[in-house]
Amino acid sequence: MLETHSLTASYGQFKALFGIDITVAPGECVAIIGANGAGKTTLLRSISGVLRNAPGMVVHKGTPIGTLPADAVVQRGIAMVPEGRKLFPSLSVEENLLIGGQVRRGDARWTLETVYALFPILKERRLSPATALSGGQQQMVAIGRALMSNPELLLCDEISLGLAPVVIRDIYAALPRIRETGAAVVIVEQDITRALAVADRVYCLMEGRVTLTGPTASTTRDAVHAAYFGDAA
Amino acid sequence: MIWLDTLVQGLLLGGLYALFAAGLSLVFGIMRLVNLAHGDLIVLAAFVVLVVVEATGLNPFLSALIAAPALFAFGWALQWFVFNRVLGKDILPPLLVTFGLSIALQNGMLEVFSADSQRIRVGALESASVDLGLVTVGIMPLLTFASAVAVIFTLNQIFYRTALGRAFRATSDDPVTASLMGINPRSVFAVATGLAMVIVTIAALYLGMRSNFDPSIGPARLIFAFEAVIIGALARFGAR
Repeated sequence: MLETHSLTASYGQFKALFGIDITVAPGECVAIIGANGAGKTTLLRSISGVLRNAPGMVVHKGTPIGTLPADAVVQRGIAMVPEGRKLFPSLSVEENLLIGGQVRRGDARWTLETVYALFPILKERRLSPATALSGGQQQMVAIGRALMSNPELLLCDEISLGLAPVVIRDIYAALPRIRETGAAVVIVEQDITRALAVADRVYCLMEGRVTLTGPTASTTRDAVHAAYFGDAA
Repeated sequence: MIWLDTLVQGLLLGGLYALFAAGLSLVFGIMRLVNLAHGDLIVLAAFVVLVVVEATGLNPFLSALIAAPALFAFGWALQWFVFNRVLGKDILPPLLVTFGLSIALQNGMLEVFSADSQRIRVGALESASVDLGLVTVGIMPLLTFASAVAVIFTLNQIFYRTALGRAFRATSDDPVTASLMGINPRSVFAVATGLAMVIVTIAALYLGMRSNFDPSIGPARLIFAFEAVIIGALARFGAR
């Protein structure tokens, strides 16, 4: 459904990605792991259209989308939960969700009701300013906001960042119910154990290159260790 | 009771300044663009209303209603083709562009409309007044003040009750994340400037009916708008 072909990206003089090839099939859950600065976030920013690339570097359902702006990418059914949540502080919890639903695609699998059913605490806090919530609740809003566009592909950038383990467990508990709708999910995660537990396949990035790829079931910890830190480590 | 009279007349005149300020505040609030040509745009809108009045013979209020959509389109295009190109991290390019636009507008209007003072005539309404006992107030100042209240109330409703207002606030908070929500920040900015031009049209209508205007008075109107936004701390629309 989604492929990248020799995807490169740079910030000015600094080159962040050196030819990344990944694929995501419909309904699949793919984990992208790697150390800080490996290029995970840059990869998601390239797919989502925040960073522009050459047209053929990102291909969605056979159409090159590398040069599309983010607002056109989300209309194709690719939604992102950005790193650091990035909720709109001027908007209430409910308004944040509604703005995610401004682009509504196809049948309404995700509505305010179904998002509130997924994260019941948000219904209680729905009129609060979004940034008045706890970190975990804010992350739930960010996920709900992305779901409101009924995406076929959900990109999650470090959804466990800065959260307590018990809160992370609650958030990951929502993942199977998101996948039930048939959406493919790409998870960028620093917590390798968690990533390997939930994903079907894994890509490990190091310094802007893919150093390991395969089904999580047949990926050994030693292989991940070597791919994560480099063979020298 | 001269002090009460002064106070009431001053308050009503404040309505006109609030109208000047609302458009400036709307644009600044959403895209952090300080539009130095705002005063000249008000004068331009006054000339447009005047042209419609003279061409159609309709009364000024109806003429403004006709001019408003045209000026919305003008504002939209101005944002889309000019201001959007210079908005970014650096605040200097938009200042320079709007400053240049201010000079271009003044000289363009001088060329087209000459330096003669103009006035939008409304007949008997100009001098009509009501006696409130302690003070006598003009109908025009009252209408101006009521319009200012209506404009600010309507803007508030748009900002906090509609999907457009939600998009305005989200884009004001964070244009990159707004684009991840399927919002094109550039087109939100264009709609905002178009809306600001509709408010400018209302301000221009009352400016033109209240006093004479000519192509050179724009910068002074900008000062009034600025004072209302900054000294008067008129609520900044957009992010809280």
